[in-house]
Amino acid sequence: MADPTDAATGNGKSDASADLLKELVAHLSANRTDLRQEWARRIGEARLLTALTQEEIFNEATSVYDNYVEVLETGSVEALQDYARNLSERIIPRGVETDEVLGIVLLLRDVLNRSLFEKYQTDFHYLNQVLNAYEPAANRITNTVAINFVQERERVIRQQQEAIRELSTPVLQVRERLLILPIIGVLDGQRARQLTEQLLRGIRTNRAKVVVIDITGVPTIDSTVANHLVQTVDASRLMGASVIITGLSPEIAQTLVTLGVELGKVNAVGDLQGGIEEAERILGYTVSLGSSDGAEDQ
Amino acid sequence: MAVPILKQGPFLIASIQAALTDTDVLQLRDDVMSQVTRHRSRGIIVDVTALDVMDSFVSRSLRGIAMMTRLRGAQTVIVGIQPEVAFAMVQLGMNFEDVQTALDLEEGLALLQAQEGPTDGAS
Repeated sequence: MADPTDAATGNGKSDASADLLKELVAHLSANRTDLRQEWARRIGEARLLTALTQEEIFNEATSVYDNYVEVLETGSVEALQDYARNLSERIIPRGVETDEVLGIVLLLRDVLNRSLFEKYQTDFHYLNQVLNAYEPAANRITNTVAINFVQERERVIRQQQEAIRELSTPVLQVRERLLILPIIGVLDGQRARQLTEQLLRGIRTNRAKVVVIDITGVPTIDSTVANHLVQTVDASRLMGASVIITGLSPEIAQTLVTLGVELGKVNAVGDLQGGIEEAERILGYTVSLGSSDGAEDQ
Repeated sequence: MAVPILKQGPFLIASIQAALTDTDVLQLRDDVMSQVTRHRSRGIIVDVTALDVMDSFVSRSLRGIAMMTRLRGAQTVIVGIQPEVAFAMVQLGMNFEDVQTALDLEEGLALLQAQEGPTDGAS
């Protein structure tokens, strides 16, 4: 009742339309078994929801059917929304596609329409009235299910993107006060921002003094991202950490110089090994080969 | 709110406790200068850990303090810049290029002591 479309379609003819819906609901409840079976059969015929077993399809079909009738009866789509969200959560991981979900709801509409035509075939005028009441509600139901499914999918996608991003910028401590940040894959604006955030937070929590950013795995860089890197270096310095960038490929080096990115103050070393050695030098570590006889063997 | 300035050996520690108004900043500058003169300090640490934002006036003033104290023979180290603040400053072009910075108070003291080292580290 809370939905504004109810008020819009209702008002003057609300009584007549409510009566018709009531009659519809009675009809759908009376023929529940037949219509449900017919629907499940049609789903199987159309090869929809192939990821689910026959039994599962029938169970879901029953729930959808009951929810459908309930929406027609009460005019409130809230319960259906919850159910659609819940259903989406369950079937999306099993690889059910949007067109399948839409397909089954449209099939149900088709099945119910046919049953209505059959029932009222003798009285075209009355059938028209019934459809006037039924169609808007059925459209809303289809909408609700589709929207919830798509929203759920989008939520899953967003979650996965987030997870990928989290994974893609690890901040690792290799020695006391020395962090490395290996970057693999394309750096875009969003990822660069996240990288900066994680790095600055990492500096704080690990009390880092030197950070080595290794971009061996980055194929290309544009000027925005390059400037962002420079800003990251500056920001790290403000927090008392010096940054060494390693693994700038010849192509990237060329691009940066051509773009005129101000890299004069950035400490760059050829490869990760060199970067870590440089960092150790700054931190005052000296690396030796260990035991003296081991050194002689070399 | 006035910023307390503590004397710690040859160094001064100014620990900012809450957001600063422009007047507070100028007050801090004057206080630091007079204390440096009185105690003949070798270094000053300004702790900005408590600041969640640092506007251009505050940054410029801090930089000014660093320049001025250098002329009196004392090194200034800004410590405790928060990650968000650091990045915001850089984006606004306030790089503090000629000012020393350190992670926190401990680091700042270590930095100053290391710089003192050669002259009176003999003891």
